[in-house]
Amino acid sequence: MSETARAPAAIETVASKLAAHGIHARPGEERAGDAVSGVVPSLVATPADTAGVESAMALANRHGLAVVARGNGSKIDWGAPPRRLDMTVATTALTGITHASGDLVARVGAGTPLAQLQEELATAGQRLSVDTVIAGSTVGGVVATGLSGPRRLLHGSVRDLVIGMTVVGADAVATSSGGAVVKNVAGYDLAKLHTGALGTLGVITSVTFRLHPIAPALRLVRATTSDPAAARAWVWDMARSPAVASAVELDWPAGGALHLYVLLEGTVAGVEARAAAVAASLRGGAAEPDTRADLPAGWGAAPGEDGDTLLRVSCPIAATVDTALALRSAGEAVGVPVAVRGSAGAGVLLASVPARTAAADVATIVTRVRTELAEGSVTVARPAAAVRGSGLDLWGEVAGLELMRAVKDSFDPGHHLAPGRFVGGI
Amino acid sequence: MVDNPDLSALLPTLRALCGEDGVIAEEAQRRTYDADGLTHHSAVPGAVVLPTTAEQVAEVVRLCAEHGVPFVPRGSGTGLSGGAMPHPEGVLIVTSRMRRILRVDIDNQYAVVEPGVFNLDVTRAAAPHGHYYAPDPSSQQVCSVGGNIAENSGGAHCLKYGFTVNHVLGMQVVTPDGSIVELGGTAAEQPGYDLMGAFIGSEGTLGIATRITVRLLPAPEKVRTLLAAFPSMDAGGSAVSAIIAAGVLPAAIEMMDALAIEAAEAAVHCDYPPGAGAVLIVELDGPASEVDAQFDAVTELCREAGAFEIRTASDAAERARVWKGRKSAFAAVGRISPAYIVQDGVVPRTALPEVLRGIAELSATTGIRVANVFHAGDGNLHPLVLFDHADSAAAERAAEVSGAILDLCIEHGGSITGEHGVGVDKACHMPRMFSPADLAAMERLRRAFDPAGLANPEKLLPTPRLCGERPGVRTEEHPLVASGEAELF
Repeated sequence: MSETARAPAAIETVASKLAAHGIHARPGEERAGDAVSGVVPSLVATPADTAGVESAMALANRHGLAVVARGNGSKIDWGAPPRRLDMTVATTALTGITHASGDLVARVGAGTPLAQLQEELATAGQRLSVDTVIAGSTVGGVVATGLSGPRRLLHGSVRDLVIGMTVVGADAVATSSGGAVVKNVAGYDLAKLHTGALGTLGVITSVTFRLHPIAPALRLVRATTSDPAAARAWVWDMARSPAVASAVELDWPAGGALHLYVLLEGTVAGVEARAAAVAASLRGGAAEPDTRADLPAGWGAAPGEDGDTLLRVSCPIAATVDTALALRSAGEAVGVPVAVRGSAGAGVLLASVPARTAAADVATIVTRVRTELAEGSVTVARPAAAVRGSGLDLWGEVAGLELMRAVKDSFDPGHHLAPGRFVGGI
Repeated sequence: MVDNPDLSALLPTLRALCGEDGVIAEEAQRRTYDADGLTHHSAVPGAVVLPTTAEQVAEVVRLCAEHGVPFVPRGSGTGLSGGAMPHPEGVLIVTSRMRRILRVDIDNQYAVVEPGVFNLDVTRAAAPHGHYYAPDPSSQQVCSVGGNIAENSGGAHCLKYGFTVNHVLGMQVVTPDGSIVELGGTAAEQPGYDLMGAFIGSEGTLGIATRITVRLLPAPEKVRTLLAAFPSMDAGGSAVSAIIAAGVLPAAIEMMDALAIEAAEAAVHCDYPPGAGAVLIVELDGPASEVDAQFDAVTELCREAGAFEIRTASDAAERARVWKGRKSAFAAVGRISPAYIVQDGVVPRTALPEVLRGIAELSATTGIRVANVFHAGDGNLHPLVLFDHADSAAAERAAEVSGAILDLCIEHGGSITGEHGVGVDKACHMPRMFSPADLAAMERLRRAFDPAGLANPEKLLPTPRLCGERPGVRTEEHPLVASGEAELF
């Protein structure tokens, strides 16, 4: 599928000019983990700042290079393989946190690891209300994949927490939208377009977020059942509960029982009363619900192992348990264990299909769940190596695709930014 | 009749599409649509259509596209930035006859509505099921959900609950070429670009929403409201900082200064504590156990900051009394000044004291009185710049003060608009906040949706023709305010 990469001469020219600009660059290598869904770039540039990204993009633009932006590479195998790839622009040197704690706002370099951001914010009793789904993610990577964990239920997904963004476009010019204040309706909210766009509209260099205070106390109530009807009733109850959960998280490992986790955050006295009320309403399970005062290791992490195919599924909230069931059943039908985890309260699930599964079986699972799902979507967020290039439609039906193409053509007329990595071959 | 010959030729087709009663061509009738809530920006629309279906909207827009005729979408016309100001050579597409609530799905906690549905009617439809629609702009009794989409409306409670964009799951829109496109759906995530996120707040420049799916939230278990009176704005401001620093996220924190209190007192006899230099309204909602604990903490923090009187409201009637003065504040300044400008700027919350001092200095040096009403929790200022419009020099000074306040907001890292939008009123302020490159990127989005430039032209982004004019003033009450149907925010 790959189109011809640029001639070695153009790559050499760009490499020497990057060096002249003082921008660190090296040849791309598969064993260094440079491959983007299996496609190895000729060059990996690591600019030190936004101006450096502009310079690198200007060179790419002049020489017609196809560019993929990356952070730590923890989700470098997400999306479809790029049709062309000459240069990767790594944002790992674009670090830095400007935390306006009194305003509950932070401006963060795209290359800053999410975990590092959370550590720093925690010293001021604050957090970005985005849980780690894939370990090692940078802030830019989380935003470019639009990946949100359990607490999206109460605080919204990452797109709801971005209030400003700086992006270097295909024309190599850095532009900003939004600002440093939460309440702001000046101009188009271009950050919404870049969030979840897999870098197909520009290279994100910094993001400004709205933050939340860390509550004094938390309680995590867990109920377990093998009966989908019980789980369905629990999710329905939790969606209406006056307890106002920060997260209602479903965890249904392959071959195991379903766990429902309800996270309550607030004052010490408050969470105690709310947890008791929640535990009382999660009846009829395999055992009494248990309650703890901290989060387990791996809270919010995607199910399965690195390298598994990861499906991203969204449905109306009342259909969450049935959708999870459909995913598992579709796996069982072809003898493949599918694990499901995600926000039952928000109707957004991740499902893992083991890496070794044949592409045809993955396709069967995906197609079957798409057919069964009356409303919503099943996308193959991270196809395993065996699935790449198998012809499986990663996105399914995409509403508004023609408009999306128009947006892409307007922002990146030469299709130099991660060509082919996104919906409909964008 | 319609003066523009091109438009006249379209009238029979428009009538065939929308029916005789769905097209307004007569000038006196067209004139009633000449402005939205910002009445000093006005233009008589070339023609007005009142479609009843998405297909009609699409056909009208397609006809405009074919003939190169501009169109302007309009909901209830309560906007405060001239976003729905008509185009004299264009068609005004009014959604007020698309007012059906199509579906309330409580199992999945959403409602599907037509764009002309009043904001508050969504909550009314959800209330019997114990749910509500969170965005609550002050005009919510009459403003339309479609208008809220265009402006990304918030409301007093957006500090905690966010804006329209955070509460929409899906939309059907008519794009400027007349296509009907579905964006989003009934689930939280959809593959592809977040076009819906970009569309919301685009002020009618990317098309017209013809059907909207909004999220419904369960009503909070408990709501408690307190009103605290402080000797000075500084004392009130430090209470706000203390509340935020304590990790409390109220549903709303509103503040008024002495002049705004005076006006509210004169207008609605809200009976706020006499002698207050500042009044703070704090509303907490959520689980009862949390609200009660936080309420005690907030009360204590207000006392520590120097509150000399604290009143609490625990039922809806008491709450309405506390809010009465605040909600009437804009219209109320009409009692103490013949004319006024409602400004809408945002600053980082920590910059509030400094910016308020700056506004006081501006007022002192120009002799122009400024009443301050604001959403203190999110730094959204609504200074009311008072003057006598019979005095043209005063009017000019007031406009200068109003503009200088926006400059102060930008200098402190804020925004030129928190909720009223850019529209026609602030398009020329955009270059103060954004670089030419930033604006070019925004233009790219606009052209992707509207290459012919027919959707609400000369709004939101600056144009050379437009930006010779200076931001104007408000001299009369909006008809909806006068009739008691709406309160300006």
